[in-house]
Amino acid sequence: MIISVASGKGGTGKTTVAVNLALSLNNVQFLDCDVEEPNAHIFLKPQIKKQNKAFIPVPEIDESKCNYCGKCAKVCVYNAIAVLPGQDGKKGSNLIFAHLCHGCGACSALCPQGAIKEVNREIGIVESGNCGKIEFVHGKLNIGEAMSPPVIRQVKEHINSNKTVIIDAPPGTSCPVVASVKGSDFCVLVTEPTPFGLNDLILAVEVLGKLKIPFGVVINRSDLGNNKTEGYCKQENILVLMRIPFKKEIAMAYSKGEPMVKVFPEYKKDFVTLYKRIIEKKR
Amino acid sequence: MKICVTSEGSSLDSNVDPRFGRCQYFIIVDTDTLEFESIGNPNIESMGGAGIQSAQLVASKKIKVVVTGNIGPNAFQTLQAAGIEVFTGASGTVKEAVNKYKKGEFKAVSNPTVGSKSGILGKNK
Ligand code: SF4
Ligand code: SF4
Repeated sequence: MIISVASGKGGTGKTTVAVNLALSLNNVQFLDCDVEEPNAHIFLKPQIKKQNKAFIPVPEIDESKCNYCGKCAKVCVYNAIAVLPGQDGKKGSNLIFAHLCHGCGACSALCPQGAIKEVNREIGIVESGNCGKIEFVHGKLNIGEAMSPPVIRQVKEHINSNKTVIIDAPPGTSCPVVASVKGSDFCVLVTEPTPFGLNDLILAVEVLGKLKIPFGVVINRSDLGNNKTEGYCKQENILVLMRIPFKKEIAMAYSKGEPMVKVFPEYKKDFVTLYKRIIEKKR
Repeated sequence: MKICVTSEGSSLDSNVDPRFGRCQYFIIVDTDTLEFESIGNPNIESMGGAGIQSAQLVASKKIKVVVTGNIGPNAFQTLQAAGIEVFTGASGTVKEAVNKYKKGEFKAVSNPTVGSKSGILGKNK
């Protein structure tokens, strides 16, 4: 069973829910797919045993085969290739803007001269290890890089289907989120009962609807803000899996990098209930 | 000699568009006869790499000089590879820019003058 934890916006407590859920269950594998800002390791404090470089395949053009037809530049929707045909008897040239390349492979597949081969460009790192009984994997995108989906996919290659897999997805609703939650059996959406929170929750619900992933909502700081989020869930028939009230002690533990179930073990049963609700919903 | 001036409109009396990759029009003008061709820029709405696309477009017009307000790194690199000289800091009408260019009042740049994505509305504005 793969459960991803996502949220339409950052700072809602997504990592808190993912980490505490992982610590409350048995036989868990935890994947931090928020590769632009991985922070689950701060709470889980894993022992890293393996490090692998993460790559994106980018094109390399063999100038001796290229006839500067320009097909590769045309097919690239990200405009990562420029082809300048020769003029006045001068040889042409081509440029590859590797930072814009999404590694889709279209250019090399389409080059009529077979002049393009793919070479790996390092854009991050994937680390794996364990924290107690929890198997842990996370990815980190190098500073200045923009293409997180290839790193996310490399993190997800570690998925161990014999375990309850918990994926901490990046915040938002763009490509990296889709890359993270795709293939999940269930998605937990963490939100706050504020107007912004609701707005972003609605966007996230739309994305999950398109991906056909069943989901439920966790309302964090449920006693602050307004009741519009509850109203929305009721109206749309969305299951509210858990409500976490604001507690100063929880916030304090968080700021020290302590998971709440470690400091307050009594919350464990609430996360177990959350898990049971997911299982029921899946039935 | 034919040069390219980035423009907000399609005539020589239009104002110079300070952006290169996402300018409204490219005016390809003969500096001797002032005969010109205006090309609407198809890359204004492009998600990324507008400068690269625009540079390839003007290179295909067999010009050797671009006159504009500012130039970003990707466009600059592409124009350089095409052997096109870049002059920045232009303002006023296209006609005025052509005259200034003829008098040698612009300096050719050897580096981009703005960062990537500067021509996107809402950024640096
Ligand atoms: S498609 Fe192939 S042959 Fe054509 S310009 Fe690109 S690399 Fe050269
Ligand atoms: S692999 Fe895809 S994104 Fe990268 S240069 Fe080729 S066509 Fe463009």
